[in-house]
Amino acid sequence: MTPELKARFDEAIRNNKIVLFMKGNAMFPQCGFSARALQILQQHGQVHTVDVLADPEVRQGIKEYSNWPTIPQVFINGKFVGGSDILMELEERGELAEMISGKGA
Amino acid sequence: MLDPNAIRERIAGALPGSEVDVRDTTGTGDHFEARVVSPAFAGKSMVEQHQLVYAPLQDWLKTGELHALALKTYSPEQWKKFGNR
Repeated sequence: MTPELKARFDEAIRNNKIVLFMKGNAMFPQCGFSARALQILQQHGQVHTVDVLADPEVRQGIKEYSNWPTIPQVFINGKFVGGSDILMELEERGELAEMISGKGA
Repeated sequence: MLDPNAIRERIAGALPGSEVDVRDTTGTGDHFEARVVSPAFAGKSMVEQHQLVYAPLQDWLKTGELHALALKTYSPEQWKKFGNR
């Protein structure tokens, strides 16, 4: 991962409360897991999406950045939260709302 | 082809004092789900909890011998709160 790419990730995550690295965009998700993650997050606020299919460097780079092997990937309040399974589990436990409001761990 | 017990033993070995259940979800020995309750998870984010479980399985994940492992992880306190859903 180039320093420029890392700086782009840092900036996207710093400037947006909820960031979703996904396959496709908010209008046209290209993968069921990405679509599900987007749907859950949108219930909690505005979601900044990054389409990893638009740039192979981003698709590979984000996996190194978070040390997580799969897409989608969710960042909330500057912190890596996980993929779609973790997101669904956090939503079921009622912890996602707390995390987004900044009250949770 | 992996045996659920082999996976369970590795996880339990890496996380002493844990309660570990592993199930073969497809009957093909490469897709599994695991439920892990461990004191080592206390105060950790879910990503950190999952990474602790994946760590002792890295070689199987890399070779693709273990293709998928769906995880539910709980600290003992979380298990009391969320385990019976």
